[in-house]
Amino acid sequence: MSTATAPGRRTRPATRRRRGEGGRHQGRVALLFISPWLIGFVVFMAYPVLYTVYLSLTDYDVINDPSFVGLDNYRELMGDEKIRLALRNTFVYTLMSVPAQLAVSLGLALLLQRAGRAAGFFRTAFFLPKMTPPVAVGVLLLMLLNGQNGLLNEFLGWFGINGPNWTTDPAWVKPGLVIMSLWTVGASVIILLAALQEVPEELLDAARVDGAGWWRRLWHVTVPIISPAIYFIVVVDTIASLQSFTEAYTAFFGAGNTTYSNDAALFYAIYLFQQAFEFLHMGYASAMAMLLFVIVMVVTAVQVMLSRRYVHYTGGAR
Amino acid sequence: MSTLDRAGEAGPTTGVPPVDPDEAVTAPARAPRPPNRRPGLGGRIFVAVALVVTTIAFVYPFVWLVSASLKPRSDVFDNRLIPETLTFDNYIEVWNAAPMAAWLLNTAFVTIMATLTVTISSALVAWGFARYQFRGRNFLFGLVLASMMIPGAATMIPTYLIWDSLGMVGTLTPLWAGNVFGTAFYIFLLRQFFLGLPTELFDAAEMDGAGHWKVFWHVALPLTKPALVVVALFEFQAAWTDLMRGLIYLRDREDFTVPRGLKSMLDQFGFGGEWHWELVVTASVITTVPMILVFFLGQKQIIQGVASTGTKG
Repeated sequence: MSTATAPGRRTRPATRRRRGEGGRHQGRVALLFISPWLIGFVVFMAYPVLYTVYLSLTDYDVINDPSFVGLDNYRELMGDEKIRLALRNTFVYTLMSVPAQLAVSLGLALLLQRAGRAAGFFRTAFFLPKMTPPVAVGVLLLMLLNGQNGLLNEFLGWFGINGPNWTTDPAWVKPGLVIMSLWTVGASVIILLAALQEVPEELLDAARVDGAGWWRRLWHVTVPIISPAIYFIVVVDTIASLQSFTEAYTAFFGAGNTTYSNDAALFYAIYLFQQAFEFLHMGYASAMAMLLFVIVMVVTAVQVMLSRRYVHYTGGAR
Repeated sequence: MSTLDRAGEAGPTTGVPPVDPDEAVTAPARAPRPPNRRPGLGGRIFVAVALVVTTIAFVYPFVWLVSASLKPRSDVFDNRLIPETLTFDNYIEVWNAAPMAAWLLNTAFVTIMATLTVTISSALVAWGFARYQFRGRNFLFGLVLASMMIPGAATMIPTYLIWDSLGMVGTLTPLWAGNVFGTAFYIFLLRQFFLGLPTELFDAAEMDGAGHWKVFWHVALPLTKPALVVVALFEFQAAWTDLMRGLIYLRDREDFTVPRGLKSMLDQFGFGGEWHWELVVTASVITTVPMILVFFLGQKQIIQGVASTGTKG
């Protein structure tokens, strides 16, 4: 709270003028306006995070009171084969899907930029899947990527390729999930397209005069200029991938006693959900939540550090 | 679609209002390119072919889904685009096999409540941060931004216990009521928008004797309509498509939302003993269609809202 009444970065003469006498009054009004968030932050953010820390040190099954067990959950976590599997699945999926999504969305954005008058139509087409409920995407995954009669394998068959069993073969489950994730890159396409509009033609022209081909112009001019948008997409997609749940849960995990689990699709968030709400191991699940929290923070911190090096903000705006 | 007007050369979108409907964010081509920059015939053919092929890849699954829902049970997997025998029986059967009307009503209720509450409360909070100077403002706004980084799992279990202790588990309330406190991302978006509005306007209104609330409600909010629409559409989508909360909080089949219901149908008719994929497919269509309709209604705002979210550092 040390920054106290430091004026906002934007100079706002009107409010500053009034600060002398009305400052305190203003503060009270402002608190009223932000009170919904303040209350919500305390009740649904700060308290739950702290309570998760506490629960992670207990055994808790909802019915009986939590009993303190110290670091037992964390110790158990270290030796849990399934956690290791879930972590590996999640990391492998993230490492495949984030670059794939970025490459595909950048390719589509570059295409759209050249689409001329019809761009509106194609943009809508690319964005449409993003509007599909993830649970329906999970159903589509089961049907379109089905090994026996799925559409994708039928399509591959035209080229003489014998498609794998995407939904049952452990080696192909994650690539299948990545393919479905590519179907929903619409938002990234739109963001990149907006960023591409900002690339100054003069720079591309200068590079052209210097004899740079399409690829070099893309790599040395366009990509650095749109790097803030790329960075944003990578961060958001990474955080989302690390927490992937709905599509994989829908397609590979039956609720209750239905069993169709494919351990190749056991993502961390799914295992956490199972531990918490199916096995009612709330203490253990809380320890898992803390680990996820740490992982997300570390990954994000690394990305922030890398961004200092590779992300270029032009014009000094923000 | 009005995107065809090459809406002005609005220049870099450094001005803060992210969602001015006439902004050129989405206009694909800038001014006509001088001839030397135009790709050659080969390049243009490549672009055209690539666009058509990718479009088919993106749209075909929808067509497949709708077409499969119109096929009899035995043909669901035949991958034919036009059903050999066309039937609407699946839609009738879904209605009999599941309380689909109740699910749709539940989802509509949750979605409308979630959207209304989060839009109003986020606007209130954003206004508090944008308009007023106060002790600790930067610190508190830093907390807003930081809270965006906290993974849902870190708060999920205690949040469940809170609703449980309030006796709300098994009702629809936990699916939306958290929204009355606003959401960090929307607060951030709306604050950006408010900061872009001219302060003089609000000062003038205050000089004329308008109270703080009046300035917010009658002066600022009407000007914020484009941003409010974006927030509402984002939240509509989030609430309509949410499965996780349905899994955690809903118990009785009658109380399910559509995504939760679709998952239960998949468990029953897909993986479960009863092999009725045609019902699963049809339920998927029913789950998806309302969202697609809303998308077409709010397309311009959604796309401009999305375009503006990634362009600020």
